[in-house]
Amino acid sequence: MRQNALQPVWWVLIGGFSLVPYLWFVLTSWKSPAQVTAIPPEIVPEFHWGFYLSALRDYGLLRYMRNSAIVASLTTLISIAIGSFAAYSLTRFRLSWTRIYLMLLLAISMFPQIAIAGPVWRILNTLGWLNTYQGIVAAYIALSLPLAVWILATFFKELPYEVEEAAMIDGCTRAQALWKVVLPLAAPGLFTASILVFIHVWNEFFFALLILTNPALQTLPVGIALFPGEYTMPWGEIAAASTIATLPLIALTLIFQRRIVRGLSAGAVKG
Amino acid sequence: MREAQRVALYYVLPSLVFVLLFSIYPIFESFRLSLYRMILTLPWLGQKFVGWENYRDLLTDPVAMKSLLTTLLFVAVTAPVEVLLGLFMALVLNESFRGRALLRAVVLVPWAIPTVVSSQMWRFIFNDRYGLVNFFLFGDATHLYVAPLAEPYLALIAIMVADVWKTSSFAALIILAGLQTIPDELYEAASIDGATLWQQLRHITLPLLKPALLLALLFRTIDALRVFDLVFVMTQGGPADATNVLQFYGYKKTFAEGMIGYGSTISVVVFFAALLLSLLYIRLLGARVLERPGR
Repeated sequence: MRQNALQPVWWVLIGGFSLVPYLWFVLTSWKSPAQVTAIPPEIVPEFHWGFYLSALRDYGLLRYMRNSAIVASLTTLISIAIGSFAAYSLTRFRLSWTRIYLMLLLAISMFPQIAIAGPVWRILNTLGWLNTYQGIVAAYIALSLPLAVWILATFFKELPYEVEEAAMIDGCTRAQALWKVVLPLAAPGLFTASILVFIHVWNEFFFALLILTNPALQTLPVGIALFPGEYTMPWGEIAAASTIATLPLIALTLIFQRRIVRGLSAGAVKG
Repeated sequence: MREAQRVALYYVLPSLVFVLLFSIYPIFESFRLSLYRMILTLPWLGQKFVGWENYRDLLTDPVAMKSLLTTLLFVAVTAPVEVLLGLFMALVLNESFRGRALLRAVVLVPWAIPTVVSSQMWRFIFNDRYGLVNFFLFGDATHLYVAPLAEPYLALIAIMVADVWKTSSFAALIILAGLQTIPDELYEAASIDGATLWQQLRHITLPLLKPALLLALLFRTIDALRVFDLVFVMTQGGPADATNVLQFYGYKKTFAEGMIGYGSTISVVVFFAALLLSLLYIRLLGARVLERPGR
């Protein structure tokens, strides 16, 4: 469409809508305790680091961060590895069930979490995996596989089959062809899928809440949701913890905006 | 070809194990449990088969019925608003201008942050004593300040606002992908013929964008149906069950009260609500649109 004279107005509106509420919270984290409750609100913070110190020292923020980093990295690694094999198979073999399997994964990604929560809890309970890293990671792998496989499949599909065929004629096994030819070529796809799975898992709350009841193992979203304080909420500390929890995500988004946009909309709509 | 069958299966197998164990089996198990009465944390007390009794109880449970209506209202308001707002964002972000990459990244911020964080953020903004909303409405007149999260209707609206803020950009991305498939030549031809911007939007963009719009609506509907994080953090289902959506009610029954049989009954209802709505959209869309990376 042709340029519209009102465009700059729309930019400010959209940008402001997306950023202002969040910025307000970030600014809150740098305020002094008196500033947080000031009426009228004070916009410019005094760049007080007290809330960060107390979030780290008194509220175990470092522990939540460590748990989130462990859980999100492990899940991303494993589900991308497993997902690559699946996506490769689903895009390379023209079999009757490959399409059905893709549809099944799509359907699963639409399940309301509560519909599987009870039995998942019971399985992990039977295995003795409640309140363990392996328990939450196993559940997360299953939850993130649909996302991983769908994104990887869109990338794998674009790779020409001739290259790996040539490799196999030259004596590579199929596994070697996948490892040495396909995966390096699909590296951008692997990377994009990894970012999206990582963000997805880093932010997940529902299953973390059920599976991790031991504060020593809880992830950031659980820590932030269950921030102690019934009548006087420690808003400064919550804002500080929230800022730290979102920093990796904001960095990823700013740096890899193009990939994220492409990955999320990967083939979502074919012309 | 037999070799292909075998290799294809081997490669899919690891993913299948996880999916079967943590997604497929639990769905059937939820359905089975919905026919029993048992306590989640006291399984040794045994499980008593009660047939459809949990479902009968559900129909006469006023909280459950209210919860169903609240959830449907939440979906009916947020999903269309998010798609409309997403459409607007996508139209703006599809133009080329300096700083477009930056604006696209900025728009992604609400999508990228954890829902729990945005929930705490909105809870602070809606705070009864020093929230921005109160300040914008009443200024210094603190005696007029209200507690939106403690008023039934306002609490529901507050959660809707927080959801729209968080997820409109996702709708925008889906719609943006659809916009990018519309060839520029169509607009060029239209403007040569003297079509106004509005006419181009009305007669070119919107008709060609219908699949993308429906897809965005499908994703938003399914996601809104399972809203949980916002409710857990902002209201805990209150006040007076005004924001007690189905996923939260199911969670409370199953995990807070330990009534896994009745909780599973609620799960099954949520599941079928999601299934029915998806099927409806897919019918509207035509299965063609969902063929993403498949053939």
